[in-house]
Amino acid sequence: MSRIAGRFADLKAAGRKALIPYITAGDPLKASTVPLLHGMVEAGSDILEIGVPFSDPMADGPAIQRSSERALKNGIGLSDVLKLVVEFRKRDSKTPIVLMGYANPIEAMGVGRFVAAAGAAGVDGAIVVDYPPEECGPFSDLCAKANIDCIFLLAPTSTDARIREVARAGTGYLYYVSLKGVTGVKSADAAEIAAQMPRLRAASKLPIGVGFGIKDAESARAISKIADAVIIGSRIVQEIESAGPEHAVARVKALLGPIRKALDS
Amino acid sequence: MQMYDLPDPRGHFGPYGGVFVAETLRHALDELREAYDRCRRDPAFMAEFHYELKHYVGRPSPVYHAKRWSAMLGGAQIYLKREDLNHTGAHKINNTIGQALLARHMGKKRIIAETGAGMHGVASATVAARFGMKCVVYMGSEDIHRQAQNVYRMRLLGAEVVAVESGSKTLKDALNEAMRDWVTNVEDTYYIIGTVAGPHPYPMMVRDFQSVIGEECKVQMPEMIGRQPDAVIACVGGGSNAMGIFYPYIGDASVRLIGVEAAGEGLASGKHAASLSAGTPGVLHGNRTYLLQDANGQITETHSVSAGLDYPGVGPEHAWLKDQKRAEYVAITDDEALKAFSDLCHYEGIIPALESAHAVAYAVKIAPSMAKDKALLVNLSGRGDKDMQTVADRMGIKL
Repeated sequence: MSRIAGRFADLKAAGRKALIPYITAGDPLKASTVPLLHGMVEAGSDILEIGVPFSDPMADGPAIQRSSERALKNGIGLSDVLKLVVEFRKRDSKTPIVLMGYANPIEAMGVGRFVAAAGAAGVDGAIVVDYPPEECGPFSDLCAKANIDCIFLLAPTSTDARIREVARAGTGYLYYVSLKGVTGVKSADAAEIAAQMPRLRAASKLPIGVGFGIKDAESARAISKIADAVIIGSRIVQEIESAGPEHAVARVKALLGPIRKALDS
Repeated sequence: MQMYDLPDPRGHFGPYGGVFVAETLRHALDELREAYDRCRRDPAFMAEFHYELKHYVGRPSPVYHAKRWSAMLGGAQIYLKREDLNHTGAHKINNTIGQALLARHMGKKRIIAETGAGMHGVASATVAARFGMKCVVYMGSEDIHRQAQNVYRMRLLGAEVVAVESGSKTLKDALNEAMRDWVTNVEDTYYIIGTVAGPHPYPMMVRDFQSVIGEECKVQMPEMIGRQPDAVIACVGGGSNAMGIFYPYIGDASVRLIGVEAAGEGLASGKHAASLSAGTPGVLHGNRTYLLQDANGQITETHSVSAGLDYPGVGPEHAWLKDQKRAEYVAITDDEALKAFSDLCHYEGIIPALESAHAVAYAVKIAPSMAKDKALLVNLSGRGDKDMQTVADRMGIKL
């Protein structure tokens, strides 16, 4: 069983929902990332998504765009991100790590080289925003062999046939994009998402994480009633931006604490 | 070459092209593909498209024999396909007319577009006005400074021009921002991509709408010289004017196809926009193609004196034609293009767009070493009115 599947099984047994925060690697500083990851685990996170900075983050809103630009200014590339994972793993061998980003940095490294290096570094899953299942056959085959979960996105506009197709290809969990738009701009509407859940549950037994537009404890609690995991990205990245390098860890922990509590209440 | 029928049903030209987009756009692209499939087989739709091309754009555009300059060069005869004479001053309108008709057919009330030099933005704003649709154009803030006249032109036509401040603040970032708008407003919005790039079906659809250029040449050249030209030459940024003139000639192996990229300050300087000549394959803006990128797969900034060629990618069909060696791709520097620009003004009384001047420059480069009975057909994709400021600045003249 992969670390991700194991984590979801444990949570289910305990009757809890997963908290999955996202940060962009190398933002605001290269040295910030590993302490932020540990801090987020201490604040009750179950799985960590680490953004790989890319020059053209087409699916992201302004907050994550800016974080990507800051990370690129710090010279962070995909190989640096993998080194940060190695560093994190020295103190934490249990928390699943998912890399999230775009196809081109992976293709530039070489799909085979990336999968091997990611596996060795202790990466458990990959979300490649612009790699839909039908365009990434060789990548997802290699990931399967390396025991890395390929996590695919589904959207409110996905048809039933499409949901089935993506559900067949995905492993780890399904990432449901809660709204029409980019990351972090609008707010998720729990009632709308709830209405979509039966279509997703009918197509897949995988846990379902909901992301894009979850901003606080209240919206997280509402989503946790219908999904298996709550994914929070832009809100955290904004907190890091306004806190600056010195206070980032404390401020992110302070942000996640009440959200964790809301999920467990 | 065998029968050419690319792309395949999923939009691939060999390893290039495809649909590399976030799931949020998937449904919109499926809808678009289905609508376009219906329309291109619909005689009424195509009749309407050709009616607009004739009466609104002013097609067919003539082919002009640059006799005086050809004689001065002493070699091959140079023919110019006069896309500069189209309404709005460039080939871009062929595509925006087609896509605006499609948008109307799909019941979309709002169109969005990205623009670099502003020509595609102007062509989009124009058709939006023509068909009574709302239009929003995304333009990098750097380009807004460089192309103030076109910004004003778009606003005159009733479009809203949105400055894009992210990334390098140029065309590629405008494209990212237009995609973000589309994904957010997907129900009522149609995205008119201006070149043969982006996810399927855009590269195919834009090529199809632009191929009216080459189709006309295939009729006009035999009328003028009794046969097809020996080579067809076009500039390549994203590559839409080149695909438009190349496509009908792909099956005719006796016609050389030559795409001319922007070498900027020289390929060795790193300051250029020649993705086919100096790039490597990767994934950007929804398709796999040649890209200018660094070792980490980050897209690098480009340079060209002509804003319309200033793009770090290129249409996937060009990537395929390059690998298959069906088309040749070369690069022309800023200086060479500027020389061709002023020579064409002086010797033929035609002020070309700086983009098109790259194609002209290459024709002028090879013509002298060719026999006098050889014919080079150059796509003069646009006129140079928009470039007055740029050229004057380069020459140190204050307008």
